[in-house]
Amino acid sequence: MDRPNPLFRNLWSKIAALPMMLIVLVVFVGGTAWTVLFSFTNIKIVPIFTPREWVNGFIGLANYQRLFNTDRWMNCPGLTHIGRSDWEPTCMGALPNVVTYVILAVVLSMSLGFVLAVLMDQKIRAEGLFRTIYLYPFALSFIVTGHVWAWIMSPEYGLQASVRAMGWTSFDFGWIADRHMVMYAIAVAGIWQGTGLVMALMLAGLRGIDEDIWKAARVDGIPAWRTYLQIVLPMMKPVLVTTFVIVCSGAVRIYDLVVALTDGGPGISSDVPTRYVYTNFSANLGQSLSASTVMLVTMAVLLIPWIRMEFGKKSQG
Amino acid sequence: MANSPLLDGPSGARPQKFITWQRFVVYGCLIGCALFFLFPLYIMIITSLKNIDEIRAGNIFVPTMHPTLDAWFKAWDSACTGLYCEGIKVGFWNSIKITVPSTIVSILVASLTGYSLANWPFKFSEGFFSVLLLSSFIPYIVMVYPLVIITRYMGIFSTLPAVVLVHTIFGLPLLTLLFRNYFASLPGELFKAARVDGAGYWQIFFLVFAPMSMPIFTVAVILQVTGIWNDFLFGVIYAGPTNYPMTVQLNNIVNSATGGKAYNVDMAATILTGLVPLAIYFISGKYFVRGIAAGAVKG
Amino acid sequence: MHSVSVKNLTLKFGAAEVLKNLNLDVSEGEFIVLLGPSGCGKSTLLNCLAGLLELSEGQIWIKGKNVTWAEPSERGIGMVFQSYALYPQMTVRGNMSFGLKIAGMAKDEIEKRVQRASEILQIGPLLDRKPGALSGGQRQRVAIGRALVREVDVFLFDEPLSNLDAKLRSELRVELKRLHNRLKNTMIYVTHDQIEALTLADRIAIMRGGIIQQLDEPHTIYNRPTNLFVAGFIGSPAMNFIKGATVNGGKTFQFGDVALDLAGYEGGAILDRSKVILGLRPEHLSIVEQAIPGQSIPAVVEIDEPMGADSLVWLEVEGKQMSVRVPFEHRPQAGAKVHLKVDIAKASLFDETNEQRI
Repeated sequence: MDRPNPLFRNLWSKIAALPMMLIVLVVFVGGTAWTVLFSFTNIKIVPIFTPREWVNGFIGLANYQRLFNTDRWMNCPGLTHIGRSDWEPTCMGALPNVVTYVILAVVLSMSLGFVLAVLMDQKIRAEGLFRTIYLYPFALSFIVTGHVWAWIMSPEYGLQASVRAMGWTSFDFGWIADRHMVMYAIAVAGIWQGTGLVMALMLAGLRGIDEDIWKAARVDGIPAWRTYLQIVLPMMKPVLVTTFVIVCSGAVRIYDLVVALTDGGPGISSDVPTRYVYTNFSANLGQSLSASTVMLVTMAVLLIPWIRMEFGKKSQG
Repeated sequence: MANSPLLDGPSGARPQKFITWQRFVVYGCLIGCALFFLFPLYIMIITSLKNIDEIRAGNIFVPTMHPTLDAWFKAWDSACTGLYCEGIKVGFWNSIKITVPSTIVSILVASLTGYSLANWPFKFSEGFFSVLLLSSFIPYIVMVYPLVIITRYMGIFSTLPAVVLVHTIFGLPLLTLLFRNYFASLPGELFKAARVDGAGYWQIFFLVFAPMSMPIFTVAVILQVTGIWNDFLFGVIYAGPTNYPMTVQLNNIVNSATGGKAYNVDMAATILTGLVPLAIYFISGKYFVRGIAAGAVKG
Repeated sequence: MHSVSVKNLTLKFGAAEVLKNLNLDVSEGEFIVLLGPSGCGKSTLLNCLAGLLELSEGQIWIKGKNVTWAEPSERGIGMVFQSYALYPQMTVRGNMSFGLKIAGMAKDEIEKRVQRASEILQIGPLLDRKPGALSGGQRQRVAIGRALVREVDVFLFDEPLSNLDAKLRSELRVELKRLHNRLKNTMIYVTHDQIEALTLADRIAIMRGGIIQQLDEPHTIYNRPTNLFVAGFIGSPAMNFIKGATVNGGKTFQFGDVALDLAGYEGGAILDRSKVILGLRPEHLSIVEQAIPGQSIPAVVEIDEPMGADSLVWLEVEGKQMSVRVPFEHRPQAGAKVHLKVDIAKASLFDETNEQRI
């Protein structure tokens, strides 16, 4: 009897996993590498690109130089005036917009989600009903969410007009028409859609904490709010990191919501990177690819806490 | 009532207040937040029941005295998306044509992959899985153009197979994680027992594991149907104009304003688009929560 | 011909050697128990025998056939697991016949075997139930039945009783012994419970660190442990160990001011050694009032732990603690100064440097 060839051991398993391996190699690794590599070239639309074209088209960082000199991507008029009275830490463009959105989404949905989870954890009645209400927006498409909020925030007929008509004439909620406030308007819709998920994840985290911690804290006479902040919150670190990564990765790639809610407007003041990349595919591929690469790097930086946690777990155990 | 000397002081059950101020605050906050989350749903529904004059003249909060389903029929049957005025029903059927095969193919591929990873590991299988997991955090847009090239090369760009393929690809990381963790959580001795009984790769999957994995398949179906139904980007890029899903049609209807915006029709179309995932959400409840938590609770 | 033979088996997980050049021959109809602390490799060895783990080096023979590369189902083995591992969606009958169906056996033959096995195990009335509707003991019977219908010569048991409560465990233990007497199959049984090992086994293999430390009949393992590890592992309450030296040409064991006469010790040549450990089981010591020169150790009673019929008495000897098992009614008062009479014929001497029995 011959020893079976190790290549053919678990052969069916390998065959069944073949699509996954191909997808990982060709699409996830290959596609990402292709985008990064060709962001250093001046290629235009051609069906397939070869290494020869990469060498011939190589232009170094020129695409990135152009990208960061494009107002639609990033434009910080007041920031360069360091030391002068008109110095301003404000930036406009797709990249600063998404940074604003990520910060708003992370801070607001995580704090609101945590508070809701704590409230839900108070042995309340009708917990299922409340959870259903908080979570249903998450089942909807961003396109649906965007159009609903576009209608609610419509300055002519929406919430602003109705509140003013009821007598509060100085009420101002015309955010989607205001180039300085429009990202906040998008954040409101994003938080409406995503907070239920954060609440559900945090509630699962709270429920996963050992009941005896609560008994011990009660015997020690520690008030409930301190127990939450100083004992439970630190114990929930893995859940918090995971939630952070999920919220971030969703917020960085935001696209549909912007398309439905403002379509980048007014003007280009609510443009975001994914939209920038998408609208440049046909006319300006180099810009698309370099902007994609910047998104990739941003995401990689945001992933560091998660990678550290996963890696730390392995090195401990 | 005479006090027994032995029972001086507190005795028996502690008297309960009907409601404490803490409880009042808790319920107040919960209800306040619930109103915020319900508000858009309310606005959507009452707007869709108004006629356009009422909308222009009236208050967004106030429900109509004369509800009408005209906007709903118009949205379904005759609303215009640029050139055509066939309503959102076209998109509805397109979404079904996209969602059904995408869900089936992606779950089939992912469940077998997860099963292979959990029970029949081979050289580099864990390595592939790690890369797969990391890939789920790469912004989709980074891979969109390479996938355009790939689907063009395969000759399926702008067709249904292209969008099915793309949904399968981007559903793979989360679904594989879901199935791998589920199969890994089944008792390892069950797998061993089946091997001693002489069952092989396919027999163990179809005769032993699949019948006891209905919950996880349900979760996966919910996850995929809602995710694919709600997708906009892949539909608009890969499906081709004749196959545009409902979300794309909705966007076109809302944006093709001919003679002023018909907010009632827009809202009716919006509700119609959200109806399928909402129905799934309300029916499946717990499974939905399990599905979305699956990404977070890693094994 | 041996029923099961393991030859120079080595198993590596990466760089770690889990089983090290292991040899084991099991005779036809023998009941072998693999016993050891968790992580000793006993379950790993069983999984290798079943073909569920690929070994790195060596061979496995079953019934005179080299099955080293054979699939689990081709090896002529049946296996019973700790968690029962019943297929939850199948009935008891379905569970027992699953393997036979896969092998393509005729229906009436399957039915015959299921009937026969269910008679032996008295699970006939349960055949159409699903595992979820059974108690733990019934489930384990079904799991045994699933191995039984294969009608093979070798049964492998992987801690089959560990998930049951104490009472059920002792019942099923007796039943397993009865089953073995009736069927006369070769059985290889993994456990961490020494009571199971001592009661069931024809021979026990004590394992540690992927190596079989001692393979012997239960009473030999108990009375003549081959090294310090086996001596400490087997026996509850544990054996007492006293560090000392042998002097006087190996005729005397000396520790502190105490000297014990070694005449009558059953073992090898003792000689004079500076580092020796004397092992005494609590039941091989007795409490006496008066010192017996060369045969007793002075001690002070600390506490006693009544254990029903017996009492375990803890005493202080030369600053160390020792335990003695005495009948409950003979337990001494705390603080009493007594002497421990040593039965040297039942004692064990170990060389402290290599931990081997002298």
